[in-house]
This record gives sequence, C-alpha cells and structure tokens, in this order.
Amino acid sequence: MAEGKPATSAGEIGAWAMFTYRFSRSLRSPTPYLMLAGFALFFGAWFLLSEVFRFWRFASLPGPRQVLIEWFNPNPVYGMSLYTPDYYMHVWMSLRRVLIAFVISTGLGVPFGLFLGWSRNFREFTFPVFETLRPIPVLAWVPLAIVMFRADETPVIFLTTLASFYATALNTMLGVQSIDPSFPRAAACLGASKWQIFRHIIIPGALPFIFTGLQISVGVAWFSLVAAEMVSGEYGLGYLINSSYVNVQYPIIIIGMMSVGIVGYTTSALVRVAGDYLMQWRVRELALGGR
Amino acid sequence: MNVRQEFATKGAIRIQNVDKVYYAREGAVQAVSDCSLDIRAGEICMIVGPSGCGKTTLLNAIAGFHDITGGAIHLDGEMLCGPDRPKAEPGPDRVVVFQNGALFPWKTNLENVAFGPVMQGKMNQAQAREKALGMMADAGLSGVEHNYPGEVSSGMRRRVEIVRALMNDPKVLLLDEPFRALDSLTKSVMHEALLEIYYKNKVTIFFITHDLEEAIFLGHRVAIMTTRPCKPKKILEVDIPHPRNYSVLTSPRFRSLMEETVSAVHEEAVKAFEAGEKEM
Repeated sequence: MAEGKPATSAGEIGAWAMFTYRFSRSLRSPTPYLMLAGFALFFGAWFLLSEVFRFWRFASLPGPRQVLIEWFNPNPVYGMSLYTPDYYMHVWMSLRRVLIAFVISTGLGVPFGLFLGWSRNFREFTFPVFETLRPIPVLAWVPLAIVMFRADETPVIFLTTLASFYATALNTMLGVQSIDPSFPRAAACLGASKWQIFRHIIIPGALPFIFTGLQISVGVAWFSLVAAEMVSGEYGLGYLINSSYVNVQYPIIIIGMMSVGIVGYTTSALVRVAGDYLMQWRVRELALGGR
Repeated sequence: MNVRQEFATKGAIRIQNVDKVYYAREGAVQAVSDCSLDIRAGEICMIVGPSGCGKTTLLNAIAGFHDITGGAIHLDGEMLCGPDRPKAEPGPDRVVVFQNGALFPWKTNLENVAFGPVMQGKMNQAQAREKALGMMADAGLSGVEHNYPGEVSSGMRRRVEIVRALMNDPKVLLLDEPFRALDSLTKSVMHEALLEIYYKNKVTIFFITHDLEEAIFLGHRVAIMTTRPCKPKKILEVDIPHPRNYSVLTSPRFRSLMEETVSAVHEEAVKAFEAGEKEM
C-alpha cells in the first residue's frame, strides 16, 4: 500500500521484534542449552578422538584445539588465520560468487517457476526437459562449464547458479500449485483481470513456498560453489580447501570447512529474516499459533 | 404481509433446463439435469440438498467457474450462459462467498474488502479504503480492519467476506454453505448478522445449504433439490414475514414448515447416502 498501514492496537510486528521475542523466549526453554550441549558433545568427541587418545585413523585428523589455535593465531604456522588478509579474500570471493549466483538463480527461477505453475501449456512444454536436466549433478557440468565459459569467474558462477535455480524453480511451481483454487476464483468474482490475479493472488500465495525454495537454494549454492571452486578458480573457500590438501596443510582444510558452515548458516538465516519481513501475515498467524 | 414490497428490481436469475455432465474417471456423471428455477429479484432463495447433490455445480455455473452442457441461465434478462456460450464470465455482479472462506490471507481485512473496486478500476485505493471502512463499521467490524484474516475468529472472517462481496454492489450474492464450518452458536449469530446486512443492502441471495432449519429461518423460498442429478423437487414459500429474528425458530408456523419439508429432505439424504455420493 502506497500510503502505508496506519498503526493499530494490534501494531506492526517487525521481523526484528519477532526475532528478539523468539530469542528471549527461547532462552527460557531448553532449546539453546540443548544446542550448546550438542556442539560441546561434537567438539568434545572430536577432541578426545583426535588429540587425546589419537584413536585409530583419527590420529591423522587435525584436532579442534590445533585448528582453533591456528585460526586465531596472529602468526599462523600455515599462513592462514583470522589475522591474514588472504583469509578474508577467500571468504569474500566465495560469498560474492554465492550472492551473484543466488541473485541470478532467484531472478530466473522465481518467474520460471511461477509460469510453470500458472500455465499448463508452459508446464507441459518445459517441465519434462527441466526434470531431465535436474538430476544431473553439478560436477558433471564442470567440463562443459569450462569449455563454454572461458573466463575464470563465469564457469564457477554458472555451476553455482545451476543447482540453486532448480531448487527455486521447483519450489515456486509447487507454491503456485498449493494455492487454494478458491482464491483465484474469488479474485475473478471481484473483477480482477488475469494479470491482476497473477500479481495479487498467485505471487503472494506462492511466497511461503518460494522462500522455502530460496533457503534450500542458498544452501545448495554453497554446496555447488565449493565443488566448483575445487575444480576451477583461484580464490574462494573451496579452492582453499583443495589447495591446502595438495600442500598438506590439514588444519586449513578444517578452517575452510568451518568457514563455509558459518557463512552458509548466516546467509540462510538472512533469507529467513527476509521471508518473515515480506510475509507479515504469516508471521502473525504463526505467532498466534504459539510457535 | 407483503414482504416483497421493498424488493430490489435487479438480480432476477432465470435457470432454464440446465444440464451439466461431468466426465470423471468412472465415466459421465449427470450432476444437474433439466433444472429450472426462477429466482426473484431481491429474494433470499435457499437451495437445500444433501452433500454432493449437484447444488454447487449450479452455483459454479451461475458464477462462471464451470460451463454447462445444456440449457441457459439469465440474469435480469441477459444471458450469462446458454447454447452459444456455455461458460459465463465471472464478474462483480455475482459475487461468491465460499464454503471454506476465500479471504486472501496476505491482505489485511481492509485490503480484502477494498480489493474489488480497485481491481475493477472503479475507485482508487484511498476511495476504496474509505468506503470499505464505512461498510465494515456498518457490519460491526470496527477494530479488525488492520488485522489479517488469520488473526480474527472464523465468524468475523465470514462477515468480512460478505462485506467484501457487497462492496461491489452486486446484483446477486452466491453463498456456498458459508457457515458450514462454524459451530452452531456462532452460526446463529451469523444468521442474524446476514439478515441485518441483507435488510440494509437489497440484493438477491442464492444460498446453498444442507441445513433445513437455516434454510427456513433465512429464506423467502426454499428449493429442495433431488440428489444427483440435481433439480428442484419441492419449492417451499416461507410465509413468515421479514424482518425475522431468532424468536421465529420457536414459532408454530416455523415448526409446521419444518414438518412439511423434513421428510422430503430426508428422503433425498437417504438416496444420496445409499448412492455413496462424494462431494464434487
């Protein structure tokens, strides 16, 4: 609405207010403590197996203590830590590629999925091709990507975009199909044209599924990015992991892996926040449901 | 006694010899057969029949969601659908209120009510909101304008949906078991609310239900339909004067009308049950 919604007694529940509310309430539930216990168990087991008992093959695995010391070391043994600019270069290059790929896959995948769901002819025409291409793993595309795109950066972005595009398009299509058929009918009764129905019913109606798709998509983007960077490229966390393996700098492999985990988690959390912001109606309904 | 003196002059529906055949997996299904019914301008016409008898098919044909196989339907002398145009065009002169409710959950109640005139280009956003606020206040909906439909009770939602329909000055309101999902106490409140809205806005109401008590309480006439294929079996004139309120339910006339019709409805229900008809 151009004029903006007037404030009411019910008030606007912003995504941030919702987040802080959920956060403060979750502190009073077992959830965060279970989460901490889970991490403690994981790191504890890893520490004991690799550094204390040096149990079996875990002896050759860098332990968490060793990795953390290296990660936070101003003078890193293997030349890579939070204090070296190179580290941030790798993180930034990966993040940049994921963002570009995410923007491209969303920009193409959402409209494509909307039309797949909206037009039966379009779906019958394109969906079989789409479903045939979808199971092909990203790694199988590597040779073609390198042949098709000569530059260093484009093959990596192409590969990263690919899997994300599938996830976004498929979920968007399912989102359109999930819309209660009464909604477009009601809109037609109220005098909406075909395009108005598309704009006011189909798009917002599919939004919950679209955001599910985007969360999957951003995760899949990291997944394929690391695979792509291992094969080509000069920078990036995937490249870092692979080159550290070649150079026998094992702690850096784990620093790279954990960095992907942390940055990846943050990006999908951001997608979730954006979804809550765009779907106030849903946030409020769920809040009423006590979740 | 003349309850129809203040009737509107628009909104007469003439259903003539309508047939509707579905092609389902089990073969052709005759949902409606040779159905003729004249609905007078401004009356509340209740359509009663067991679940799956084909009454929703009739509503869908009037609303323009489905085509018909034969016959014709006219609204105020203009053909909606007929031999050369089997499917009517949905439009704001015949607004449907759906069985499970179809308020758009991503729009606030106010945005829902203001939706029609803005889509039709009849009003701009500000004008539509102003009119919507007025109509919602009239229908006792002040205070929930800026809530989303998911935040208010189901009875409220139904009222918002009826107001959303009336925003378009329709000739006919097509109600498809709108109160089915409500508990009986809420239902009784909604009946009086609907009558109150009806007395303020003269429209023709085509109301589908399987609840005979609801039908006699609300309707000027009650059409009892046969089970599939669907056609009027008995048309009952309810000679209880409007405006009505809930005291009508205990009146002797109401009871005798119930007695007159209950066996006809029951007969069809048994037939439908034995045929194992599913909701279509």
